[in-house]
Amino acid sequence: MNKLEGNYRYGTYGLLAEFETPGALVHAAERAHEEGYRLMDCFTPYPIEEAAEAVGFKKNRVSLITLIGGICGGLGGYSLMYWISVIDYPINVGGKPFHSWPAFIPVLFECTVLGAALFTLIGMLALNGLPMPYHPVFNAPEFARASKDRFFLVIEAADPKFSLDETGTFLESMHAASVVEVGN
Amino acid sequence: MATNEITPKPPTVQLEPPVIGPGHNFTSVTEKISRIVLTKHTPLGWIFGFLIAFGIMNMLLGAVSWLLVKGVGIWGITIPVGWGFAIVNFVWWIGIGHAGTLISAILLLFKQSWRTSINRFAEAMTLFAVACAGLFPLIHTGRPWLAAYWLFPYPNTMNIWPQFRSPLIWDVFAVSTYASVSLMFWFTGLIPDLATLRDNAKSRVGQIVYGFLALGWRGSAKHWHRYETAYLLLAGISTPLVLSVHTVVSFDFAVAVLPGWHTTIFPPYFVAGAIYDGFAMVLTLMIPLRAAYGLKDLVTMRHIQNMSKVMLATGLIVAYGYMMEAVMGWYSASKFEFFQMVNRTTGPMSWAYWMLILCNIATPQLLWFRRVRANVVLVWWISMVINVGMWLERFVIVVISLHRDFMPSNWGRYIGTRWDWMTYIGTIGMFTTLIFLFIRVLPMISIFEVRTLVPAAKLGHDFDTTTNLMKPDETKI
Repeated sequence: MNKLEGNYRYGTYGLLAEFETPGALVHAAERAHEEGYRLMDCFTPYPIEEAAEAVGFKKNRVSLITLIGGICGGLGGYSLMYWISVIDYPINVGGKPFHSWPAFIPVLFECTVLGAALFTLIGMLALNGLPMPYHPVFNAPEFARASKDRFFLVIEAADPKFSLDETGTFLESMHAASVVEVGN
Repeated sequence: MATNEITPKPPTVQLEPPVIGPGHNFTSVTEKISRIVLTKHTPLGWIFGFLIAFGIMNMLLGAVSWLLVKGVGIWGITIPVGWGFAIVNFVWWIGIGHAGTLISAILLLFKQSWRTSINRFAEAMTLFAVACAGLFPLIHTGRPWLAAYWLFPYPNTMNIWPQFRSPLIWDVFAVSTYASVSLMFWFTGLIPDLATLRDNAKSRVGQIVYGFLALGWRGSAKHWHRYETAYLLLAGISTPLVLSVHTVVSFDFAVAVLPGWHTTIFPPYFVAGAIYDGFAMVLTLMIPLRAAYGLKDLVTMRHIQNMSKVMLATGLIVAYGYMMEAVMGWYSASKFEFFQMVNRTTGPMSWAYWMLILCNIATPQLLWFRRVRANVVLVWWISMVINVGMWLERFVIVVISLHRDFMPSNWGRYIGTRWDWMTYIGTIGMFTTLIFLFIRVLPMISIFEVRTLVPAAKLGHDFDTTTNLMKPDETKI
């Protein structure tokens, strides 16, 4: 049973509004931000930069992770080569010194790239919290269209300004095709 | 009173064909592409093509099995040509792979929106080409079960390690990295499309498999933001990678002292040649596929023409490379270098060299003409000729340089045996089989990227913030 506690009802994740055009979604998200809602998110079938800005998303740490990955890859590759060629299995190849660093450059480059790419993918997924097979918004019946041709805005019930009636009215005034309550 | 109206003449400027056919919206684009994958009825043409490709792939199975039983003596390699088809095919396949990364990564960095309908297919082509390429370094060792210890740095009971000053080990790292990064890049691009397939699949198996692979993607704007950054970074990383990989492959030759191999033009010449060959292969495959699957409004004449232009440009770079080789043969004042050019043009294997010039330099000059670029069948034939020409280029570089080197007492001939040919054609079968499997189970065009090309995707035209009303949708017919 849904208990009523102030404006918050257990079992409700939030209100999900469906829009037919990207412009309508971005406009609604901006207005919602102006109204003071903070815990919200947009769902779109392709990336829309303005939507991410409208829900207040700024910090993006993926680039830092890529850099760290590249450095790790490079250091790892170089130390491998150094240890093998200078310490553990030094052999005289064409009179080159054991620490023939110019010859190590191609492999160093490749290891750097590999490390950077690996960290980028895993970092992006980890920061996004993926894989996450279940999320409350999947409960909404029409949500399958978020990956096809519709644009969604969810305002979470955990937001302090959330109220089932007021938020619902607000979303409907934004010309949403539908507004549904999403259960947890 | 009758007025003499001057009717304005219609503009005679020839407009470029559009990047996407008219009348598309998000729904139509999604359905058109996902329908090919989610259909229950596999088209008869697909089954037929797949069976042929699979049959040819079994030639590879036979040829490699016989190789492992009998050894590399079944191939035509001998002294002085100790490296034959295996290295030629390896370089050919890797080269083909590079177009995929170029289309995905480099065109993204250049903000070329026309890449969106060909990049998925091109990246898949890269992965399969690298898979075919990777076979050759393994099997050409003769005893590949022993090859692991001198290719990969792993701790072994003999306490030995690979030698890092050799281009062969650089190759191992370069190609492995290229395969891994291409796979990651391809998979990253697939995640949102897998979500689309998960949400539209009718069969339970489809829902579960696509759902598992889609990792729970829900299209959250925050996720998209990080996703786009990751995608751009992977593109930025892949660009120097693709240039370095074929450079390292060219080092297999350039680092040796053989005349005809030991030249500094090789890295840029190989990279340009790889892009040339790869674009030709994309066209060879994409032109029949777009006709068979009715995708002409997503892979439009604009794509065909742009790819033809890239082929023409890289073909000219390759032509410059050939010219430089010839000039350096004379300018170097080395009789061995000079003889290399004389041998290529007039020696016993000069037929290969002249066919090469015909296929790689002469034929693509037709692409200067707009009429030719607009003719899809002609472009298809030209791209197949280029594929053959690029194989010949590697053949000329490897075999002709090797068969007559410094000492006349060392001279010899090289013939590819039937096992050489079976292995090569078998890898073509393997490649085609993988392509068929790919187009059946995964979307061959990047759905979410093509959505950004649809007119409805432009913000600001649909919602009138002054009247708070929706403007009439201009995309609805």
